[in-house]
Amino acid sequence: MKSIADILGRIRPEFDFTASNDFIGDGMLDSFDVVTLVAELDRNYGISIQGVDIVPENFQNLQTIEALLRKSGVQL
Amino acid sequence: MNFTFRRKRITGILAVVPANERSFIDEMKNYNFPEARSLKLKEVMGYDKRRIVEPGVCVSDLAVFGLQHLFDRGLLIREEIDALILVTQSPDYFLPPTSNVIQGRLGLGHDIFCQDISQGCAGFVIGLIQAFLLLEQESIGKVILINGDVLSRRVSPKDRNIYPLMGDAVSITVVERDTKDSMIHSSFKMDGTRREALIIPAGGFRLPSTPETAVLEDVGDNNLRAKDHLRMDGSAIFNFVQVEVPQLIERLLAGAGVSLDAVDYFLCHQPNRFMVQKLADKMRVPYAKMPSNVVERFGNSGATTLPMAMILNLAGELQKGDCLVCLAGYGVGLTWAAMLMQLGELAFCEAIDYP
Repeated sequence: MKSIADILGRIRPEFDFTASNDFIGDGMLDSFDVVTLVAELDRNYGISIQGVDIVPENFQNLQTIEALLRKSGVQL
Repeated sequence: MNFTFRRKRITGILAVVPANERSFIDEMKNYNFPEARSLKLKEVMGYDKRRIVEPGVCVSDLAVFGLQHLFDRGLLIREEIDALILVTQSPDYFLPPTSNVIQGRLGLGHDIFCQDISQGCAGFVIGLIQAFLLLEQESIGKVILINGDVLSRRVSPKDRNIYPLMGDAVSITVVERDTKDSMIHSSFKMDGTRREALIIPAGGFRLPSTPETAVLEDVGDNNLRAKDHLRMDGSAIFNFVQVEVPQLIERLLAGAGVSLDAVDYFLCHQPNRFMVQKLADKMRVPYAKMPSNVVERFGNSGATTLPMAMILNLAGELQKGDCLVCLAGYGVGLTWAAMLMQLGELAFCEAIDYP
């Protein structure tokens, strides 16, 4: 199973996602990247992240994405 | 708000799609965006083929072509049409109403009720509601509901947020009284405070089109758009749909006393595959019961994605017995509307190309 950082790195290989605390504010993820990320996370972890949870706050950094995965039933 | 209707039904559905097919792969170079990211989006969102009109083609052109097709094949008798409702956001003119234009071009009689309704992706359900209301009148026996848009003409080709998914189409739905004691439930809501989430800012009386409103501006994420173009706040619309639509359908079914499992198909507006599949996941509806394959073959043509979903997935079934279907449309306004009805025994259920 790939890590969140690996998945992010495949979507936007030009950025170091361990070096930012605000992926959206720093321009590392746009709304379409978020959609791609959700699809990758769903597939990788065998879940379906709820549509209502696809909001920028949940994709700000590695910690918020981890929290979202836990909320979606993933044991990290 | 809830409406119920008795003894009304759809008796035929025809879609008219432009023969001009575009491919996302061919158009990727239009966007100032890396190819690899575009290909990922194609997979997730279902961007692939879409149909758009050639320059100068209007909604009335597609509608007249479709109605003439039905007249020529004896599937519709022009003298029997009592009302013509057109739901569009891309009328031929500000005035006269495009429904009158269609009536005039086809030489339909004067004893007819023509009406334009300005609605978008919820327009199939809203149009059906209006058709059913008209059928309460004794003098109205057959209503032709036309849904259609040619909004590809008002989208920036440099706007990756919207352009890859835009399709053009018209649908023609025949609505009549039912001899059976059928019951139709509908539920809808509107919220004008969120009106700017989907808007064409210029071109009306508030902000008339000028050379300035036609200038492409950098609107972020490498997209270029003018004020004359359709603007969509994708995140706001996505969130609106995921929050409001499941609740609306839940209330509709509860009001009708019908369980989720008893519904044969959920036919929802299809802006993109991702949004429809997230809706299905949220409602715990199997993907097979909520098709999402219109957008990848024809693009998002607004309200007509609902009749297109019927034609693409259920044509054979709908020409035989009845299915219990839940329709749901959502979009501009904002407006969200759902309907629960029996659908079947259609005289026709097909799509044709506009050359």
